[in-house]
Amino acid sequence: MTLGNYFGNIYKGLKSLAAGMRLTGLYFVRRGDSLTQEYPENRESLKLAERFRGEVVMPHNESNEHRCTGCTACELACPNGSIKILTKFVVNEEGKKKKAIDTFVYHLDTCTMCNLCIVACPTDAIIMANNFEHSVFDRTKLLKVLNKPESKIMTGVE
Amino acid sequence: MILSIYNFTSLTDKFHNFLLAHMSEGIVLATELIVTGLLVITFVAVLAMVLIYLERKVAAYMQLRLGPNRVGIYGTGQVVADVLKLVLKEGITPDGADKLMFNLAPYVVLSTCMMALAPIAFGNGLVLWDLNIGVLYITSITSLGVIGILIAGWSSNNKYSMLGAMRSGAQIVSYELSAGLCIISIVVLSGSMQISDIVNSQADGWWIFKGHIPVIIAFVIFIIAATAELNRAPFDLAEAESELTAGFHTEYSGMKFAMFFLAEYINMFVLCAMAATLFLGGWMPFHIGHWTSFNNVMDYIPSPLWFFGKTFFIIFIIMWFRWTFPRLRVDQLLDLEWKYLLPISMVNLLAIALMNILGWHF
Repeated sequence: MTLGNYFGNIYKGLKSLAAGMRLTGLYFVRRGDSLTQEYPENRESLKLAERFRGEVVMPHNESNEHRCTGCTACELACPNGSIKILTKFVVNEEGKKKKAIDTFVYHLDTCTMCNLCIVACPTDAIIMANNFEHSVFDRTKLLKVLNKPESKIMTGVE
Repeated sequence: MILSIYNFTSLTDKFHNFLLAHMSEGIVLATELIVTGLLVITFVAVLAMVLIYLERKVAAYMQLRLGPNRVGIYGTGQVVADVLKLVLKEGITPDGADKLMFNLAPYVVLSTCMMALAPIAFGNGLVLWDLNIGVLYITSITSLGVIGILIAGWSSNNKYSMLGAMRSGAQIVSYELSAGLCIISIVVLSGSMQISDIVNSQADGWWIFKGHIPVIIAFVIFIIAATAELNRAPFDLAEAESELTAGFHTEYSGMKFAMFFLAEYINMFVLCAMAATLFLGGWMPFHIGHWTSFNNVMDYIPSPLWFFGKTFFIIFIIMWFRWTFPRLRVDQLLDLEWKYLLPISMVNLLAIALMNILGWHF
């Protein structure tokens, strides 16, 4: 190791340390960009990442229609049996009998938020919602039916 | 000189004479020792709480968090709650431990760091014991603390504790060299080891301004060595949560653990106070050469404020280190000391001695 190398190392080390200290110093001085959310107080303005997995929901449009065909791909994809789909046959306007969902049962209590059902869904009928306040006193309240009563499948979704 | 307004010697003399008027000399000495002892214990307890709160807040702010903010105003009550919790917790002594040594170690560590407070000048005339080898006394007492750490590591009968204690020993022994050389460089400049003389030698400017680049280098090296001696990150190999759970105090709980914790923070204060005294003038207000009117204006700020301001500034820098830098490996740690800090501080000491002989400093 030459003398130049020796002092070069010291200079490089000090420079990188100074760069690190500059960054943390800026963080210390600039209070605006604190990442902490004071949760119970800021419940109204709580900011969550879009990909945050709170629970599985099935979106419905204004005329109470969803996109679920009842193919049970999600039920098969679920690793711990949190989804159970009961199907029925309905007659459409052409007079044909078609399979449709009767009840989409979702066990929030056993769900691990692994996202596999959402990935498996061919029609994007179910999505992950951000809501995470699921505490209840009775476990049976966590058994949810995702399709709203009297809802129908959207026209054009096969 | 206006400096005398805030001189605490008259206050302490008044107290001494008041006691002398009422009792014999031996009892006066005993009373004064008890009073100063109580003051030191109170000071240490309050200081540790302030430092822990400060550390948590600084750490949080540097990591874009908020830190304690639930208990009390801005989370100030959190420290009180933590102390109460530690006091009420059960202090467990493991079955395999050396009972006497295990229980003795926290007291050794805590009492050494409290003893190191004695020669520190907190303000003009506010010194417990202004002995003529004050600087040497502080360095030797702070290095005694490692004995307590070694006792703790050995008596715990636990391999993690033992490894942590040995690492701590190796670290303190090696880093004391460069810290000592940096202290000697200021002793060379001020020509005395007495704290009051060192402070008074900076009446026309602090050494860090008077001593040009060599003293700045000495200051930086002293801060690095002090951080290493304190076993604080980035030199926290003695604790090393990721490898040794908690190092030498793995087996300690409750109040005994709290004493190690307390000692750590008091040591931090002592070493930062040393750095402030040696390089930034201790309680000496900010003076520039012979600008008498400017100096007089500065004298209106009480000397304890200056002392604590400087000390907390250095404490903040050490906390800044801790929450910025990644930890060193053992070999890197020893490399840094033996290949970089020690040779540089030796050459630096020579440069300072030369500067002092030729009178190049202000």
